Amino acid sequence: MTETTITETAVTLTIDGRPVEVAEGSTIHAACVEAGIETPTLCWAENLTPVNVCRVCVVELEGSRALVPSCSRPATEGMVVQTDTPRVRHSRRMVLEFLGSGVDLSQADDLQRWMKAYGADPDRYGDEDHPVERVEEPVKVQDELYIRDYSKCVLCYKCVEACGDDAQHTFAIAVAGRGFDARISTEFDVALPDSACVYCGNCVGVCPTGALQFKTEYDLREVGEWRPEDQTVTRTVCSYCGVGCNLDLHVQDERIVKVTSPSDHSVTSGHLCIKGRFGWQYVHGE
Amino acid sequence: MTDIYLGADRASDAEAAAVDEALRERGVDAVVQPETERLVTSGRARRLARRHCLLPALHALQNEAGWISPGGINYVAEVLDVPPAEAFGVATFYDLFRTEPPDHDGDTFHVCVDAACQIAGYDDLAASVRAAGGHVHLGPCLGQCERAPALFVQGAGGRPDHVPADAEPFELPQAGDESLRLLRRIGVADPSSLESYRAHGGYEALRRAGEMGAGAVLEAVAASGLSGRGGAAFPTGVKWRAVAAEGGRPKHVVANCDESEPGTFKDRIVMERDPFAVIEAMSIAGLATGARNGWIYIRGEYPLATARLQGAIDAARAAGLLGEDAAGTGHDFDIAVWRGAGAYICGEETALFNSLEGFRGEPRNKPPFPTTHGLFGEPTAVNNPETLLNVLDIVIEGPDAYRTRGTERSPGTKLLCLSGKVGRPGLYEVPFGTTLGDLLELAGGIAGNGELQAVLMGGAAGSFVGPDSLGLPLTLEDTRAAGTTLGSGVVMAFDTSDDMTGVVVRIAEFFRDESCGQCVPCRVGAVRQHETLVQMQRRGSLSPARRALIGEMAEVMVDASICGLGHTAASAVRSALALGLIREAPSP
Ligand SMILES: Cc1cc2nc3c(=O)[nH]c(=O)nc-3n(C[C@H](O)[C@H](O)[C@H](O)COP(=O)(O)O)c2cc1C
Ligand code: SF4
Ligand code: SF4
Ligand code: SF4
Ligand code: FES
Ligand code: FES
Repeated sequence: MTETTITETAVTLTIDGRPVEVAEGSTIHAACVEAGIETPTLCWAENLTPVNVCRVCVVELEGSRALVPSCSRPATEGMVVQTDTPRVRHSRRMVLEFLGSGVDLSQADDLQRWMKAYGADPDRYGDEDHPVERVEEPVKVQDELYIRDYSKCVLCYKCVEACGDDAQHTFAIAVAGRGFDARISTEFDVALPDSACVYCGNCVGVCPTGALQFKTEYDLREVGEWRPEDQTVTRTVCSYCGVGCNLDLHVQDERIVKVTSPSDHSVTSGHLCIKGRFGWQYVHGE
Repeated sequence: MTDIYLGADRASDAEAAAVDEALRERGVDAVVQPETERLVTSGRARRLARRHCLLPALHALQNEAGWISPGGINYVAEVLDVPPAEAFGVATFYDLFRTEPPDHDGDTFHVCVDAACQIAGYDDLAASVRAAGGHVHLGPCLGQCERAPALFVQGAGGRPDHVPADAEPFELPQAGDESLRLLRRIGVADPSSLESYRAHGGYEALRRAGEMGAGAVLEAVAASGLSGRGGAAFPTGVKWRAVAAEGGRPKHVVANCDESEPGTFKDRIVMERDPFAVIEAMSIAGLATGARNGWIYIRGEYPLATARLQGAIDAARAAGLLGEDAAGTGHDFDIAVWRGAGAYICGEETALFNSLEGFRGEPRNKPPFPTTHGLFGEPTAVNNPETLLNVLDIVIEGPDAYRTRGTERSPGTKLLCLSGKVGRPGLYEVPFGTTLGDLLELAGGIAGNGELQAVLMGGAAGSFVGPDSLGLPLTLEDTRAAGTTLGSGVVMAFDTSDDMTGVVVRIAEFFRDESCGQCVPCRVGAVRQHETLVQMQRRGSLSPARRALIGEMAEVMVDASICGLGHTAASAVRSALALGLIREAPSP
């Protein structure tokens, strides 16, 4: 057998004054990672197709009138990119501030960190006499597997993508409504058990804000017993079938509290089925 | 391959029949594919197969039942292979669709609340409709600003939509003016008659284009300096050449007849009064770019224009001017009409593609551009009808003669939509370079109390100018240099008695209502901007901090939004603040 080596064409761009070389087809964001420049992202994930909707990752590109989303714009030869100009910092700060002004980000740890880093002050809109409009939705607890709290939803589209053709191909949920009233929804907002949902939990796996949450986590949070710092993560292979999905078992007080899969795993890309995701009660003899 | 899960609700026979009919008209069988053959072409698979019939199917349901019911969605989902959650997501995107049962079984009377109708007193119109027992829905500009306040009646129970004002006689303010180019057939040729159109020079341009060949047509359009009239002023020759250069894939020509920019009604009048000209020009675009598929995407509130265009297409097809070897040019070209359903954003070209394909009308990030990745991901030339109309003259008289009108950098003539406090509101055509003051004079001067306060240029996405701008030559270059825009040709005048604070607050509300919601800067920014202005209106003043905040919000909307809606959402507001149009006292 002969070995074929695939040689990738490289492109060189300049980021913050430094030359960076990446494979052709890489995004500006990937080039930033390559150069060790930390860039906030929200709607981007390595296992999903970029939708470039949140705009928190924008950078300044020479020759472009507006800022461009680094997560989706391919890097091309000779590009000159700035990631830390006042314009970039302003847009990132405003995006974070806008999000914080409209939804509950209390469980979105990454966003909290970025908001601090960019000096976002989401409380400066409105006042006592003129409260601002926020996304207020009752928590949907419709089964024992996961809950949906859309007052925490930033509309990053990740769950829709995971349920759709990036992973699950079930299409149980979509964006409904328009503008600030847009919400993730099943058809006519029917309860999940009455929808196409097959409870793979892949939407929960990609949600960055806690809007989608495993019921186990939700119940523990409700009683103030969710303690990530006390949890251990054990990697194992799912025992249900022969596919070989990697499972990360998150264990607190000797009980499994949630199951995830590494998003860079060659078999799962982070996605699982109902059995691997939720079928662990037998471990506790239940 | 995935199967579609459907809930228990079933469509009524009438709903199913209405959908079947809508699909049959578009050459798609309303059959349930066997499960084994059913392919869910959702997500990113965009193709000319079944899903693009979603919008017509939803229209059929809405018109039949007065709303889109769960059973109706399930039926459509089943026959078009669209997951019900996605069909619901599409239905809830549009103002003309309801997904809750109506509390009345009559028609819906849409009354416009945008600027021209605001100062013409839309509330009186709404009150009189209500008094007569009509169900009123207040909404954005209906494209009838010259006859404000405007009304559009959406039929239910199978009754057709209609616009009461369409029954009134029509006359162009400049009727009889020998210098008219784009409007010269209006009021002269019968819009329902191909013979009449031909008798007034119709189809001469397509014949000529066939003789010239694609290359020469592209050359002429480029040499004419024609630029897009839909708002962005992109050079048409460059766009067409880019599409012509694409090979190996089906290509499309799209006429963007969504016309929803507040203050704009020019395309409506052209489509209603000279529909053959629009389709002849599309045929030339098809010939020049090598595209065989023509699409007209027209806003849902234009029933007369839709009927006239469809009538023209049918007549042209029957005469061999559309279809295989159209008009003997050797090129196959045909046109289909798709109706929008109440969403300003669907006029943005990539949102239009998504909407037509049966997806939510959310704009796509660019690049890639429509010339390579347009409708169904295929090369597409999308143009405004006014842009297309210019091509007829360019082909017939040649680029040099065409360039004798207008200025060096803005050749040709421009259609302008005059509304608000002018003597004779309506559609006007003047050469580029005419001053704003002369145009207002042509339209009968300032009406109302006769004292001009401001002019809104380019619509809600444009900006205000003050009385000191009457000398401004109306060209692309001069308006740009003056920090304003011609945009879609809106020239809306306000006299000193008009409450500009109310007008500006409504413009901000328009963007809040019309944002597609996809990207954060616009989805949230448009809401916060409106809230800040409402606060100001209640307080009667704007603190320096709030004024600065408006600037900060504008900056992120301009810099980081995906599309032109977000980019322009703060433009009119900022110009009004800069001109001091906002009264620093509580609104009455
Ligand atoms: C929010 C928004 C709405 C638009 N609406 C329209 C419209 O109704 N009609 C139109 O021709 N162009 C509209 N455009 C511009 C189109 O995106 C596109 O530039 C135009 O159709 C191209 O045709 P042209 O080159 O002939 O002008 C809109 C753009 C934006 C951002
Ligand atoms: S659990 Fe799976 S099938 Fe259900 S909504 Fe989430 S991604 Fe879709
Ligand atoms: S529910 Fe979560 S994953 Fe889905 S859009 Fe909202 S924040 Fe994103
Ligand atoms: S700028 Fe506004 S309308 Fe355009 S994509 Fe973003 S949210 Fe949608
Ligand atoms: S991470 Fe790039 S736009 Fe959201
Ligand atoms: S119809 Fe009312 S502003 Fe256009």
